[in-house]
Order: sequence, then C-alpha cells, then structure tokens
Amino acid sequence: MSDHAFQNRTIRWVDSRLPIFSILHHSTSGYPAPKNLNYWWNFGSLALFMLVTMILTGIFLAMNYTPEATLAFNSVERIMRDVNHGWLLRYLHSNGASFFFFVTYVHIFRGLYYGSYKAPRELLWWLGLAIYIVMMATAFMGYVLPWGQMSFWGATVITNLFSAIPLVGESITTWLWGGFAVGNPTLNRFFALHYLLPFVILGIVGLHLWALHTAKSNNPLGIDVKGPQDTVPFHPYYTVKDMFGVGVLVMIYAAVVFFLPNALGDVDNYIPANSLVTPTHIVPEWYLLPFYAMLRSIPDIWFIPAKLAGVLTLAFALLILFVVPWLDTSKVRSARFRPVYKWLFALFVVDCIWLDWIGAQVPNDSIVLEGRLATIYYFGFFLIIMPLLGWFEKTKPLPTSISAPVLKAQEKA
Amino acid sequence: MRKQLLAAAFAAALGLGFAGTGPAMADDEIKLVHQDWPWLGIFGHYDVAQLKRGFQVYHDVCSNCHSLKLVAYRNLGGGGAGTTGLGYSDDDVKKFAAEKQVPDEPNDAGDVKPRPARPSDRFVSPFPNDNAARAANNGALPPDLSLIVKAREGGPDYVYAILTGFVDPAPADFKLNPGMHYNKAFAGHQIGMPPPLADNVVTYTDGTKATLDQEAHDIVAFLNWAAEPELDVRHNLGIKVLIFAGILTILAYVLKRQIWSDVPH
Repeated sequence: MSDHAFQNRTIRWVDSRLPIFSILHHSTSGYPAPKNLNYWWNFGSLALFMLVTMILTGIFLAMNYTPEATLAFNSVERIMRDVNHGWLLRYLHSNGASFFFFVTYVHIFRGLYYGSYKAPRELLWWLGLAIYIVMMATAFMGYVLPWGQMSFWGATVITNLFSAIPLVGESITTWLWGGFAVGNPTLNRFFALHYLLPFVILGIVGLHLWALHTAKSNNPLGIDVKGPQDTVPFHPYYTVKDMFGVGVLVMIYAAVVFFLPNALGDVDNYIPANSLVTPTHIVPEWYLLPFYAMLRSIPDIWFIPAKLAGVLTLAFALLILFVVPWLDTSKVRSARFRPVYKWLFALFVVDCIWLDWIGAQVPNDSIVLEGRLATIYYFGFFLIIMPLLGWFEKTKPLPTSISAPVLKAQEKA
Repeated sequence: MRKQLLAAAFAAALGLGFAGTGPAMADDEIKLVHQDWPWLGIFGHYDVAQLKRGFQVYHDVCSNCHSLKLVAYRNLGGGGAGTTGLGYSDDDVKKFAAEKQVPDEPNDAGDVKPRPARPSDRFVSPFPNDNAARAANNGALPPDLSLIVKAREGGPDYVYAILTGFVDPAPADFKLNPGMHYNKAFAGHQIGMPPPLADNVVTYTDGTKATLDQEAHDIVAFLNWAAEPELDVRHNLGIKVLIFAGILTILAYVLKRQIWSDVPH
C-alpha cells in the first residue's frame, strides 16, 4: 500500500497486521493533490462536514422524536421546548439540510465547469450522483417527520408521482403508503428509512473518496499532473485550507440557525397535519424546486398524459447527468479554455436558478411557459450544446503543466 | 385566488383530486404594516414586562375561546429576562394553574375526580374538544395559539393586523354573512372571531394605559414568546457562537497562509 516506514514500533506492529496507519497516511500526507486547486474545491469537504453534522444532530433528535401520527408533531414541539438545547439540535438539523444541498450543488456545478466528470473520473462522477439522489430521498422523508401540514401534503403530492406509472402505478402508491392514503404506516417507514439512508450515503461517500484517491483530483486547468512538482501533500496543505472553509461555512450556518431559523421553512409546517384541509400553496423545499418546476411545466405529449410525461421528465433530468461524461465530446476538461462553453455553462447555472424560482410560483400561463423554456434549455444544454460544442468550439491552448503558468508569472514579477 | 389556481393546477397536473372548493374571492393582496418588535434583530430580546402584560390579555380575554396547549404553567415562572421563562414567582404560577381543573389519576376505587391544575400541567383548554369549541363559536374553530405567530405568513405583524383590523360596520358594498365580522387583514375579510380587544378591555397591574394598540402589541409579544420561548437564549448563544467561529476562522486562515507560504501557486 505504502512504502512509508513508521518510526513507532507499536504502529509498525499494528500496521503489518492491519494496515490502518498506511491507509491513513496514503490518503492524507501521502496523497498528492494538485497544488493549484482553488476555493471551489473546498465544497467537497464542506459537504462531508454537513453530512456528519446532519447524522450527529439527527441521532440526538431521533432519541426524542416519536414517529406516530398523533404524537409526532407534539414530540417535535417537546424537543423545541423541553429538551435541553433541543431547539438548537432541531434548527441545526432543519437548516442543515439546506446548507448540505447548497454546498453539494456548488460541488456539482464545479464538477461541470472544470470537466471533472471526464475520463478517468466517470465512476467518481456516478458515485457523486448516487449520493445526490439518495440525499434527495432522505431530505424528502425527513421533511415528512414533523407531521405538519406541508409534511403531510408534500408527502401526498410526491408519493402520488408514482401513480403516474401505467398499470401498476396505483398499486405501487398504495404499497408505498402502507394504506390508502398517507398515514401512520407511511410516517413509520419514512422514519425508519430516514435513519437508514444517511448511512447509505456515508457508504457511497467512502466509495466516492476511494474512486477520487484512485483517479486523483482534477484541477482548475483540467490538465493531468505531470509529476511531483505539480502537487502538494493533501495534509497539511488542503486539510488546513478545508479547515478555513469549514470556519466560513459555520459562521453563515450559525447566523441562520441562531437569527433566522425559520426563514427557509414554510409557515404551514407549524400547523399540525390535517388530511381534511389542503394548504393554499403546496411547495417543496427550495432544493427540490427545479425538478418540481419541470414536473409542472409538461403538457400532454401525444399519447402520454401530462402527469406521466412530467414524472418522466423529472426522472430524465436526473438520469441525464449520468451520461454527461459521454455527451460532452470536448477533449478539453476545464471551461477556462473553452470560450463558448464557459458562457453557455453560466447560462445553465442561471437556468437552474430560474427553474428554482419558477417552482416556487403559483402556476399561471406565463409561469408554465417560463417553466417550459427553462426545461428546454436544461435538456438542450446536455443533449445539444455538450455534444456539438466539442466539435465546433475552438479551444484556447492548454498550458504544458500545472506549474508552468505559475513559474512564468513568477519570472515576470 | 392563489389557493384555487394552485389546487386546480395540481388536480389537473397530478390528478390528485384535492382541489379547493372555496368560492372564488377577490385577489386583494393585504399589506401588513411592519411593527418595531423589541425581539427582532441580533441583539433583540423580549421585554419581560410586556410579556407579562400580554399574558394578562391572554388570561383575561383570549383564553375564553383559544387554547394554548403547548405551553405549561411552569413556563410562566423561570428566570425572566435572558431565559425561556416569564419570571412569575412560584406562588403566582401555582395560583394561575390552580384556577383550572384537570382530571386526576384514578383513585384507589377507580374513580376519576377533578383536581386543580399544577405548574407541570399544560395550559387547560377552554373547551373539552374541537366539536365543543365549534358548537360554542357559531361553527368556527378558534385555533390553538401556541404556534400561531410561527404558523402565519407575516408572523407577529399578521397577528397584530388581525387584532387591529376590525371595521364595524363593514363597507356598504361588502356582503357579510350572519355571525361573521369584517376584518381588513383576514383573507376574504370575513372572520368568525368578534373583535376581542378594545380600549380598557384589561386593567394592567403595572399601571400601563390599556389602549387597543397597547393591548394588541402586548398580546402579540406574549404569543411570540409562546411560539418561540427560547428566543432570548438563542440570540445570546448565537452572538457567542459567531464570535468564537469568527476567531477560529481567522486563525485557520492565518495558519493556511503560513503553511502555504513555501508553495508557489
């Protein structure tokens, strides 16, 4: 695994029987990382920090939560009022979901901009997408647990998506619910799964890191590492940089948790779930809104009813990310050297934010039209722009090595 | 308007069949007037004297119809400013609790007798169940007030606007259903609740002049406390956490500069 010779005899003794210290060394001080990584590369470690935060706060919340339809809402309020610092645990967890998604989205966009999905990192990209999809399922089920109005009706709307599947859809929905509507059995299984899935995420994160340490990090230039002059050991160089990043994140996170803890939530979720009263405006949390916007924008397509077409669009919007390594035909990884892609990518980010905004609006004719235009660009970006640009775009010349531009700049200075 | 449009769009798009059935109402966006509440902002905190006045309004007026199920009588005690409590003495708390009766544990003979409520009990609701509450209120259910400030768009400004938004008589062109009351701030402008507050509805023990505006501000403050009693503690801890995290972040940055100083990048 590693040629590293440990000084300490005990460590040597353990390591020759179970190479845990070699592995630690191999993935920290022995892991060569490109020395030109910018701050966009901080977001992977930030996502890991948020995952750990969510698991820790979640375990303590679960100790005080009751997954039963008539007790769930009040048990959350008991956490808020009677459990020591329960309000802190709960606000850290509920706002933590938003921060987890935010840093993950930045991480994904960074991968798209710098071409981090291209060979040899396709599996690394796939594992990341798998994490993202399990995250969405986990977040959705977690949102159901407080059993407020938006919990209940959000669960009703999302689980109903499965009823769009021809022939077996209705049966699948009943099976998911454990009954003929969202109810106590649904709440129970969502709680069980909400506790399980984060550990599934943790497992995939392990694979994601394994694949990363095999293929090694991409970098802002998108060119391969030529030798040791292009890298620095991950520890201490990037551990300290990540520590600084975590500090900045914690400050913003704390500002929201302590001073605006309900700004990202929906007021309706402070009303206990009631199957007889529909909230005036059912909206998912912000991190799922782009997909919700696409879902609502799709009309009947030929013989496919609008609902099924919407669900298929939603599924394809996610699945298409898996084929991005092959849709992108450009030989150049980093958008720094792709003058056209750079701008169309910026437009794609704007498009995603636009979709997010559309998802929160009350749908009328113009909102539906906007939703369609934004959906078309979303798919057009992957299906048309990515394959064609690779052939037509005139890319800028790549530097010969990671250290070359730095050394050149120093000579000038 | 929002409700109908959305429910209709949903029913159409997803075929769920839970479209709203209410009659279409005029889409007049209600502008809330922002009040300068003392607990807003990073350094904001509750005014304990105001919370106590607000409790008096709840005790004398609101509690006749509205429950406060998530708050316990013991929450009225505690340390006052900077804590989650209201700062009443133990004797006062016992006195407030004992005004209401709750069913006792079954005695040795198996009979359930009423006993006076204790500080550990939650606020006793004015009606035994929702049906009784509806029956006594012309069919309308007075909502529980424990979380009302958090459960409404606009929060304290909304509750204040409702309490001060009654207009009697209603505008001439407005068709008011029997038993309903006209309110500027309420969606659809018809509310089942009669105007609960007016000048001198309560006599404040601290001598404050009980105008409608004063009462409305005080009860909203109390209800905000009922919805988030941890606010003072949260704000105090938040400032400490931000200072700590700020120093830690600066140190991490300095250390990062130090460690990277030998790498040309």
